Amino acid sequence: MSNILKSLLVGTALTAASATVATAQGVELEVTHWWTSGGEAAAVGKFADAWNATGNTWVDGAIAGSGGTARPIIISRIIGGDPMAATQLNHGRQAEELIEAGLLLDLTEVAEAGGWADIVNPSSLLEACTLDGKIYCVPVNIHSAQWIWLSHAAYENAGLEVPTDWNEFVASAADLQTAGTLPLAMGQQGWQQNIAFGAITLAVAGQDAWDAVNIDKNADAARGPEYTAAFEAVVAARELARGSNVQDWNMATNMVITGEAGAQIMGDWAQGEFSVAEQVEGTDYSCLPGLGLNPVIDTGGDAFYFPVNDDPEITAAQLELAALLISPEVQVSFNLAKGSLPVRGDIDMSTANGCMQKGLEILANGGVLPSGDISFSQDTTLQIEDLQAQFWSGDMSAADAQATYADIIENAD
Amino acid sequence: MTVASDPPAHKNKRPRKLLKNWMAKLASLPMILTALVVFVGGTAWTVTYSFTGSRMLPKTNWVGFDQYERLWSSDRWMISIKNLGIYGICSLILTLVIGFTLAACLDRKIRFEGVFRSIFLYPFALSFVVTGLAWQWILNPDFGMQSVVRDWGWTTFNFDPLNNPDIVMFGLLIAGIWQGSGLIMCIMLAGLRGIDEDIWKATRVDGIGTVKTYVMVIIPMMRPVFVTALVLIAAGIIKLYDLVVAQTGGGPGLSSEVPAKYVIELMFRAQNLGQGFAASTMMLCSVVIILIPWAYLEFGGRKRG
Repeated sequence: MSNILKSLLVGTALTAASATVATAQGVELEVTHWWTSGGEAAAVGKFADAWNATGNTWVDGAIAGSGGTARPIIISRIIGGDPMAATQLNHGRQAEELIEAGLLLDLTEVAEAGGWADIVNPSSLLEACTLDGKIYCVPVNIHSAQWIWLSHAAYENAGLEVPTDWNEFVASAADLQTAGTLPLAMGQQGWQQNIAFGAITLAVAGQDAWDAVNIDKNADAARGPEYTAAFEAVVAARELARGSNVQDWNMATNMVITGEAGAQIMGDWAQGEFSVAEQVEGTDYSCLPGLGLNPVIDTGGDAFYFPVNDDPEITAAQLELAALLISPEVQVSFNLAKGSLPVRGDIDMSTANGCMQKGLEILANGGVLPSGDISFSQDTTLQIEDLQAQFWSGDMSAADAQATYADIIENAD
Repeated sequence: MTVASDPPAHKNKRPRKLLKNWMAKLASLPMILTALVVFVGGTAWTVTYSFTGSRMLPKTNWVGFDQYERLWSSDRWMISIKNLGIYGICSLILTLVIGFTLAACLDRKIRFEGVFRSIFLYPFALSFVVTGLAWQWILNPDFGMQSVVRDWGWTTFNFDPLNNPDIVMFGLLIAGIWQGSGLIMCIMLAGLRGIDEDIWKATRVDGIGTVKTYVMVIIPMMRPVFVTALVLIAAGIIKLYDLVVAQTGGGPGLSSEVPAKYVIELMFRAQNLGQGFAASTMMLCSVVIILIPWAYLEFGGRKRG
């Protein structure tokens, strides 16, 4: 009996002690995200270090799998009444309904104190966080999708010059094929094919037509001659990607790294794969934003949302964390590790590599577009991705695909 | 019981009957409540909300049959239905045939029967996810079956179902049958063992051949076993989801999509609950359409007989 009593007492004392330690350390905040690959985990570590340095505790809630897996988990936790203190989502319309249901914390006060309206560049990022004049999220980085990655090894092997834009690439494709190289690597998943489609239409149909379809949701523009040309260009690209049987995007990137394939159209996150393989931009691979034709990039990316909490102490800490994530030092260290562009234009990113510098230059020149996450609901996005999956894997004609696409745009929300 | 046999208490018979075995009824109450609230209640809720325009959160903005109209005009749904049809018919027939043939072979009093039985049943111990991944590798053209046969010298051998939209469902079918036929074999074997030895002796006396005996005598006698096998296979077909996710991810393109995957993706990836509910209601309808005539024949017939 006395033994049990003793261990109970010790247990109580320990619990009490750890409880006091916790208060001395500040507030514990659980943060969920889906950054689990090597570079991503290093980047999120920068956030954690910065937050721990303020005397608080970062409880890491990484969810393996991509956004498609993690997002339903995150959303069902918020809806189900077990909210985390903060969570990553893509800024845009993914959290719209959660905000309308009053489940997310209003950050307007912090945003005004920090002058976010003046520092966030491009300002469309902050608009994507705003609903009815109130700000609900902190944008932390910018990712863009309109990049083509070219393998120098593949072109040397075929005795060709590395192309400097999409048209040169298409012209060189036949010679690449003769040399036994697959011209275009393509992961067989709808979202990747949709990225390629978006990049090619932007380059071929031009920005005016692209804006009309993607921002104004004008179905007539989607039926117009510019888009007909774009769909025909995509049919040509589909033939260049025939025989690319990989599924995941990084497998396709790997084909470019090893020189098995000439090029891949993929977002700027592909850069991480090249640096893990210790390849150097300019000598081993090239990157062309906007496919080298149209120096504009979209501005998708990640943002943090803060679910409403009953505990005033946690609410105060949430606001503190929101301000920290966008502070200059944290923005620099995080984005260098992640390989993404910072959300503020007033910080020094001179240590970034060549591809990031190209992106920064485009941002500084204002060549920005809203991303699909901002213009379209998830429902519309999935419909477009399904169409692309069907279009790229079979032999649907350009005219059929264009007609279906225009119908989706007509009903888009 | 004594009360029930007492003629003057006849009027009170009904309420007493309700209280009969009240302990057993009390004990099964939680299960009855679960069935009513979770299964029936959940089903009714889903069907109701399939008539709303719910997106991420359930809302009661009624839209009539809009979700169903969109569902039946969606290419992806039509492909899913067609795929499930192909998979269902092939899987039903092949699993039964292979399962019964294996069982009949084992029933011929062969040596090492136990070993073979374990080998055939073994795949059933694996989850669909493991099965799907294993067959994805086996069917991979670069280091699976195709490359092995090519290494043997047949260099033009071509077998790449998972990357060919026209035959990808058969790639799935191979994995599904590999996994499922062992269980059916065991059920069939148990049924065969239940056949009286005298039947065999009688057919031998009459001079009926082995195959003919199986087809004309044994199979009709095994009707209940076949019904059990049929229900198990049908349930496996309608819930086909994890095998597809693990083996093909619905690809290439949309060519191996199935209805259950449509429901999940619409509900959680597209954040369109209403559309997902409409699709799951249609799945329920198809099950009910198959089940009601069958139950009527099975149970309604027995009462008469």
